[in-house]
Formats: sequence, C-alpha cells, structure tokens
Amino acid sequence: MRSKTRDPNAERAPWLVSLGALLAVLFINFPIFIIFLYAFTTDEQTFTFPLPGLTLKWFGVAWAREDLWAALGLSVRVAAIATAVALVLGTLAAAAVARTRFFGREAISFILLLPIALPGIVTGIALRSALGLFEIPFSFWTIIVGHATFCVVIVYNNVVARFRRTSWSIVEASMDLGANGWETFKRIILPNIATALLAGGMLAFALSFDEVIVTTFTAGQQATLPIWIFSQLTRPRDRPVTNVVALFVVLIMAIPILLAYRISQRDGEAGLSR
Amino acid sequence: MSATGPLPAIRFENVHRHFGEVKAVDGVTLDVMDGEFFTFLGPSGSGKTTCLRMVAGFDRPTAGRIFLHGDDVSQLPPYERDVNTVFQDYALFPHMTVGENVAYGLTVRKAPKEQRQRRVEEMLELVRLPGLGKRKPSQLSGGQRQRVALARALILRPRVLLLDEPLGALDLKLRQEMQVELKALQEQVGITFVYVTHDQEEALTMSDRLAVFNHGRIEQIGAPADIYESPATEFVAGFVGISNLVRGDMARAILGVESTFSVRPEKIHILGPDAPIESGMDSVRGRIEDVIYLGMYTRYEVALEGGSRLTVAQQNLATSSMDVHTARGREVRLVWEKVHSRKLDGPA
Repeated sequence: MRSKTRDPNAERAPWLVSLGALLAVLFINFPIFIIFLYAFTTDEQTFTFPLPGLTLKWFGVAWAREDLWAALGLSVRVAAIATAVALVLGTLAAAAVARTRFFGREAISFILLLPIALPGIVTGIALRSALGLFEIPFSFWTIIVGHATFCVVIVYNNVVARFRRTSWSIVEASMDLGANGWETFKRIILPNIATALLAGGMLAFALSFDEVIVTTFTAGQQATLPIWIFSQLTRPRDRPVTNVVALFVVLIMAIPILLAYRISQRDGEAGLSR
Repeated sequence: MSATGPLPAIRFENVHRHFGEVKAVDGVTLDVMDGEFFTFLGPSGSGKTTCLRMVAGFDRPTAGRIFLHGDDVSQLPPYERDVNTVFQDYALFPHMTVGENVAYGLTVRKAPKEQRQRRVEEMLELVRLPGLGKRKPSQLSGGQRQRVALARALILRPRVLLLDEPLGALDLKLRQEMQVELKALQEQVGITFVYVTHDQEEALTMSDRLAVFNHGRIEQIGAPADIYESPATEFVAGFVGISNLVRGDMARAILGVESTFSVRPEKIHILGPDAPIESGMDSVRGRIEDVIYLGMYTRYEVALEGGSRLTVAQQNLATSSMDVHTARGREVRLVWEKVHSRKLDGPA
C-alpha cells in the first residue's frame, strides 16, 4: 500500500477529474449495490423501487436449500484442486521460462498467457472439442482441467515476476554450500517465492470460484455455484435467494482478492497485470 | 600427470566450454598450486568467469577435464565439490539473518546447533563483523555484505576458495582496503584462493601468480612481476599496465630488426636532443606533444620522427606542474635500456 504521507509535490486532482472518477466507480459498482439491496426485499418476483418492505427471510430460505450447498461444495473443491494444480504447473513453467534459454522460449511464454487473453468461450469450445475427440466423459475432473488452464497462467505470472527480480546466484550459492536440488528448493527458492505463490494462488482460487463460461462447456450434469445461480434466474419466484447468495459470494471472494492485492502491492509487483 | 611434486589444487586439462558457436573457453590448461593466491585476469568475455564456474560446478566443460587435488571433478555437481564461492553480487539469502547465512553450509550438513553457533561466531570474528549475526543482509553496507559472503564461504573450511570479482561493487577506497585484507585473510587461513578480476592493478597487487585470459585462451601465466616486466604477447603488454607498442619500420629503426616490441613508459628517460647514446641503450628522437601532470608523476606524449608516438612517465621528484608544462614542444631524445625492449609473440 502507498504510504500515508502525502507527496508534497503531488497536485490535487482537478474537480472534473475527481467527479469523473467518482462516476466511473458508481457506474461499475451500481449493479452490485442493486443485488445487495434486493437480497432484503419482501417482493419475491420483481425489482420494484422503492422496496415494498425489508426482510431477512431469504437468508433462511437460502440456508435450507440443499442444491445450493451441493453447488457451493463443488465450487470449493474445483477451485481448491485447480489452484493446487496451477501452483505446481505454474511454478514449474515460470522456473523454466525465467531461468533457462531454449528454442522457442518467447513463444512458450506467449502461449502460456493465451488462456486469459483469449475469450473464455474460445477456451471452452476448444476444450469441449478436445474432450469429444478423445471421447472423455464430462465429469468433476473435466471442470478442473478447464479451470486449471487459466489458473496456471495466474500463478505463472506472479511467480515469473518474482523469479525475474530474484538473483539466481542465491540458488548457486546454496548448491555451492552443499545443498542438493531438493534442499535448495525447500530452503531457498520456496521461501523467496512464497508470497508470490500465496497471491497467485488466491487470485486463481477466486477466478475459478466464479467461472461460468469455460465451466458450461466442460461440466456434465454438475452445477458449480455460478452455474447454479445462473439457472436460478429462470425461476423468478426465488429471485431474492440468488441475491442473498450473490451477496455472500461477493463478500467471501473479496477476502482473497484483497489479500492477494495487498501482498502484490507490498512486494512491488502487479499481481493482476499481465 | 607428472609423477613428481605435490598434486596441484586445481588442474585444467585442455578445457573447452562452447555455448553453441561461441567458444567461451577454448583450450585452457593450467595448474594452481596448493595454498596459492591465483588470479584469472582478463577483459569481460575472455572466459575467466566461465573457468571459475567450471571449478565450482555451475558449468561443465564441453571437452577436457578439471581436477581438484588429483580427482576428476568435471562432471560432479557443485554440492559434491570441496570448493566454496564468493559471488560477485554476494548472493546472500535475503530471507535469512546474517548468522543463518553464515551457518547455511553447516545447517545443510545437519551439524549440531552448538557447533553451528560457535563456528558462526568464529567466522564473524574472522571477517571482523562480531555481533552482527542477528541483522538481515538488507541492513548491511556493501563492504559488510562482502564480509558476510566471505564468512559463509569459509565456514566449511574448503581447500579452495573461489572469488568472482568480489570487490567489483565497492568504491575505490574500500576496494583497496579489502584487497589488503583479503590477502591477509588468505595467508591466515592458508587455503588456495582463485580470484577472478578484470582489474589489472588488483591482480598485480594480490596474486602469487596470475593467468591472463583473452578470447577463451590463456595468453600468459606467471608471477605479477614476470607478467608486467616480460609480457609475452601484445595483448598482455596492452592489458596489464600501460605499454608502448612499437612495430614495423619504427621497430627496425630502433632495434635494427623488424620485430614488434613493447616498452613500459616508466623505463624511458628523456634527454636533450643531442645527448650521446651509451652502449646497451635503445634510443629514438622525437618532440614532446603533450604533457599530462598527474601529481605523483607526469605523462609525456612524444611524437617520433616517422609518425608513431611513445608515452613516457616520469616521477615528479623535483619538478612541479609549472616546470613540466614548459616541456611541451621541446625536441628530445628518448633512451631506455635494451633489456626493456620486450619482443612480442603474436600478430605483428
């Protein structure tokens, strides 16, 4: 985070710019406020304004929905496993690209970034075709494979930035002092990339948790939480329930994202930047 | 290997290291004796650092073999070699304290805690940093980091210590202090030091012997005085100290034979234009073109009849800056003893 002391040379922003920024923030976040607001409405079908009345009953209704819990459980498991896969593969890819020179290195580092640069729908179609081609049935694991494609990129990005800032000679120094590859990884590399892994891992988890597009192409009958929410929109009688769930998703996901952001800021890295 | 004499601490046997088309090291053969302070001197890209890295095990020869105390280590990983390294950027572990850094070699070997603590204190004492064990490397000055790197590399009592331009990042005064200190440290611990530098003055000051590298090959190996007084090649004459190279017709005019030679600026005397030439002296006439007063000595650029120039250095024993500047434009005769005309190998 920035230091609290003001830079004496910094000029105050002109009021027009401040106003513009404020409007942009409002515009971006207004729909989210709407969702929050209508989680408390007594009207179960429409978005009338002002609210006909306030109630907390939808929280109880949501709590009692077993299909919601199943979707939530699936999302957590998918996100956890996809993140774990991404941590391993992303770190290995980052180490290879940051530390060695080989034919096609630049191409590889570009191809690694493609899954988040490409529209999710392209990744989704590609995965579906590939699964169809090899006659792999849709399952829990195909969702994870789909999510891992972009989670790997997030971890890779964070870790490769850290590797580039870290002097490789500390690895040589460790080996010089008698540590083999594994000891060096455990004692030197891991402590030095730990915060990058933490930030990358949390971002990857958050992205996987709310992914819709790729999931629709790779899931069979299972519904992850975002898909469950989407399916609820066709059942207008319970609309406030989805608003309650959305409220919780926003609040819960804000934690890892803010933490990841803080860690990246403190380490002087742009964790979200490509 | 020769059957007589002690085994060299390090032996290079026709070692090559090629990176694709680039021959970073192109046939190096040398012996470093036990207990020697040996320097690899050369410009950047001359292969000196690659040679050091092959001793440490960070790099492997493309061809040829490297021996440490008689054992072929060419293919051993760094952690199986009895050598330790002081890195150019010190390579201290940023997430550990100074004490943990120094102890690292013992920690990896799972030495008991009391022994580790005792040795760390000994080592910090040795490099004159007692009591700094709790600090982080980021809290130290460049000179202090340098000492921590030394302590860390010496804690395993290696038989050979490798130093890769360790003073490169320090300012001049600190560098000169550390030169003296390193040399004293080497005598104190009594192990072989292999020192890589591109600074010829540093190499001459500290080394028992040095090897001058150029384009992946060794141009000359010898004691500092030998290298300075008797450069074997044009490259050595030009790289180690300032040297006058005389070639072609001018060389014939002075020596009587056409052979490129070098003569050090401080060996040349400036006499009046018609001074008699004693036997055993080489001489040439010229005119002083430029005078550069440098405090301790003055450098004269003398244009010779025939086109080339010689640089002459004279100590300012009794002259001042006012005196020396009047010399500009004067016709002179330069003389030096014939033994100081060093005929050189290599391309004429």
